Amino acid sequence: MTTRPRLREKAQVLDDAALDRALTRIAHEILERNGGAKDLAFVGLRTRGVTLAHRLAAKIAAIDGANLPVGTLDITLYRDDLDMRGAPVVRGTDIPFSIKNKAVVLVDDVLFTGRTIRAALDALIDLGRPLMIQLAILIDRGHRELPIRPDYVGKNLPTSRRESVAVRLREHDGEDRVVIEEPEEA
Amino acid sequence: MGWTRKDLLSIRELDAAEIVLLVETAASLQEIAGREIKKVPALRGKTIVNLFYENSTRTRTSFEIAGKWLSADVVNFSAGGSSAAKGESFIDTARNIAAMSPDVVVVRHASAGAAEILARTLPCSIVNAGDGAHEHPTQALLDLLTIKEHKGHFEGLSVAIVGDITHSRVARSNIHGMRKLGMTVTVAGPPTLIPPFVQELGVKVAYRLEDAIRDVDVIMMLRLQQERMSSGLIPSLREYSRYWGLTLDKLRAEARPDVLIMHPGPVNRGVELSPEVADGPYSVILDQVAKGVAVRMGVLLLLAGARGEAA
Repeated sequence: MTTRPRLREKAQVLDDAALDRALTRIAHEILERNGGAKDLAFVGLRTRGVTLAHRLAAKIAAIDGANLPVGTLDITLYRDDLDMRGAPVVRGTDIPFSIKNKAVVLVDDVLFTGRTIRAALDALIDLGRPLMIQLAILIDRGHRELPIRPDYVGKNLPTSRRESVAVRLREHDGEDRVVIEEPEEA
Repeated sequence: MGWTRKDLLSIRELDAAEIVLLVETAASLQEIAGREIKKVPALRGKTIVNLFYENSTRTRTSFEIAGKWLSADVVNFSAGGSSAAKGESFIDTARNIAAMSPDVVVVRHASAGAAEILARTLPCSIVNAGDGAHEHPTQALLDLLTIKEHKGHFEGLSVAIVGDITHSRVARSNIHGMRKLGMTVTVAGPPTLIPPFVQELGVKVAYRLEDAIRDVDVIMMLRLQQERMSSGLIPSLREYSRYWGLTLDKLRAEARPDVLIMHPGPVNRGVELSPEVADGPYSVILDQVAKGVAVRMGVLLLLAGARGEAA
């Protein structure tokens, strides 16, 4: 086990109300952009992307009445840095519907280098040929290493590389909050 | 916790958390078998050599499929068509194969300890695919995964392992794994096929089939190797099958209605299992085989997917 430096909270970026408003806005944007909920499906990236995908699906159900399917994607088997990370931990992909000819909205909490999304695109396309893939992100923190751009963004957040962004969600962390953290004694 | 071992040589050397990690990794890889495109890029560029000195259908094939579904290059070596037939020693053959820089060597050999010798000699990861009467860890892992999926948990389950316990590496690996996971194990068979001091592994012994299978959650029938008869350990196949063969009548009379019947294969139909039992509703034998691929993917992924600081 590598010991990571202890992190301390530097600033709060979103509180629970702001996080909820951002998701409501993204839900509306998804419906607007796709002209409704027809043939839409959500696929969340483990772990918090899945939770956010379920919340977006609930928002769309409230706005439009459509019950959109939500799948879970684990990208461990597609990472480009498997060799650098110690033993992989696979937690499984579970997409119980066909993505063929669906407009799939990929959901993750933080967009950083773009490498996770690159892996997710490969993983998704191995499961079938979707009509299109769109990307919804709660926090875009910049520093892209690949030509990847989100379609829906909760908040753009300029950060430095040594900082990290923690998305805390009720279902996992008991609170809805986004904070920037930095290493202690740096 | 993560995986930190270079090799998988036995279940005995693992702790419960490592066994659970292997089973859970395999469980989450099962979904790949149902895909339209059965391939993920996790082990792209890795080379896996299957080094088999004994016959095998299930194990070799499932290691090969597992490696290929993970995008590794898989090479099969069987002793028959190789320089081993010209008298090259086991270690020399292995060193030559190692010189071709494989990432994982999967080895099956008739001698107990063969995998361990390779692990000490070669720099790559070694998977024991069966060494003599010692261990067969991936078989035990797929048995455990099958049990987990049908019963939902391990702790407190009771298992009867029936047949030739003395010569069975499957029995030995399963006994170690099941005991570590909190299961109760009873071994049963003719006294000539029960090793002395087997109780020291933490198992109970029964000398009647009916006593062994009463009220257990799982019955694991072992293959009777026909050569045991010529060596005088059992009087005749017919007698063995009369006393130790599992039939529908015996099952209905003694076993629980939700019992699982397992068998590592290949089945001697009409000897240790009657065909109605082998193909019957309690049997999960083919499910075991399907899970074998997922288990071997999990093992290969954990061994070859992590050549970083942890390995």
